Amino acid sequence: MAHAQSHTKRIWNVFWILSAITIVEVILGIYKPDVLHLTSFLGTSPLNWIFIILTLAKAYGITWSFMHMEGEKTWFRRAVVWTAVFLIIYLVTLLLIEGDYLYSTLAPLVRW
Amino acid sequence: MDTTVAKPSTDNKTWGGGNRPLNTSYGKMMMWFFIVSDALTFSAFLAAYGLTRFKFIDSWPIADEVFTHVPFFHGEFPMIYVAFMTFVLIASSVTMVLAVDAGHHMNKKKVTVYMLLTIIGGIIFVGSQAWEWNTFINGTYGAVKTTDGKILQFVDAKGKQIALADFVVGDRGDVREQHTKKNGLWFEEEATIAQYSIAQVISSFEANPNIQIRTELIDLDKKQKTILSREKALAELSKTRLVVEGANLEVNEYGNTIFADFFFFITGFHGFHVFSGIILNIIVFFNVIVGTYEKRGHYEMVEKVGLYWHFVDLVWVFVFTFFYLV
Repeated sequence: MAHAQSHTKRIWNVFWILSAITIVEVILGIYKPDVLHLTSFLGTSPLNWIFIILTLAKAYGITWSFMHMEGEKTWFRRAVVWTAVFLIIYLVTLLLIEGDYLYSTLAPLVRW
Repeated sequence: MDTTVAKPSTDNKTWGGGNRPLNTSYGKMMMWFFIVSDALTFSAFLAAYGLTRFKFIDSWPIADEVFTHVPFFHGEFPMIYVAFMTFVLIASSVTMVLAVDAGHHMNKKKVTVYMLLTIIGGIIFVGSQAWEWNTFINGTYGAVKTTDGKILQFVDAKGKQIALADFVVGDRGDVREQHTKKNGLWFEEEATIAQYSIAQVISSFEANPNIQIRTELIDLDKKQKTILSREKALAELSKTRLVVEGANLEVNEYGNTIFADFFFFITGFHGFHVFSGIILNIIVFFNVIVGTYEKRGHYEMVEKVGLYWHFVDLVWVFVFTFFYLV
């Protein structure tokens, strides 16, 4: 193999970073500070945005380091990542807009 | 080896044959493309979950009130157990990368040990998920469902949820046997009869003024479920159609039926991936032990199942966020 040097140290570093992110998420999830939880920013609470960003950071760590995407040829990486990211953003955007529409249409019909 | 992996050509003709496109072997490239398609499947599920959640944004169950249990401990500890599960999966991802790394050095012993640890991590995760399902299906508190399809839960004076068993007293008044094949009722089927009858729940609620009823409606300012006034509660309770204990695909004590459906469907599909990942890992593990890859001259198969295994971890990261955190 071309890269015979060991990556053990780096692997453990990524592991500690991912664990730290998870711990931060869990602490925020347990305490849910009111400033972040009960306020609204760009359609949802800042806390939810923090969770989403931390999740994407974890996903990046797993894909780039553990799945070794960083070592692949540029256009192979792009063929995989761009395709998936584009289609997912497209789908999620449309479906969430649709869900919001369903709520605004149907919620007034529910009597609580 | 010649038949399994193409060697770079010695002359510099790009199209002369023997080249690996994008420097990736066939198997690895196809594993990546499979992962892309599988990622799209999972995103479709999660996006559908998102749509449904947006549709019922003012009544969706609050995760912290649903997933509160930790094995061997009493009391409520939201998040702790799923955090543990996430940690197990990340740890098993690490042992997987370490196995791949050891494979690059043709270190058979290390690959064996790390593969074994990865398999153990996977088994712990699937076991935890089974426990999580079991807790979810059995339920904790119980609730009632009204004729207009709403779930009413019971809380004490402080607003803390209490179980039916905590306040329901007296006789159920309509004792009868569950219809089963065992009792000779071959062609009849019915849902499990709840522990308490509807009349019993209503009369116990009327008798105990300290108990309140919580509806599914979320107070968007406080992000908490709404607690009804006593009169409103009695009016709603009189519409009871069903006493609900636990969860299945048709009804659940946590709220929206479709919430449990998505929970079973998405975590189930993910659990199935973990399960097949464990099987693949076990196959590779035995191949490592018998020396298949040593003879082949490279451990690329470990890398390929490794990609799949990390993908399963990757999906869990998103499931964790959208089911338990957001």
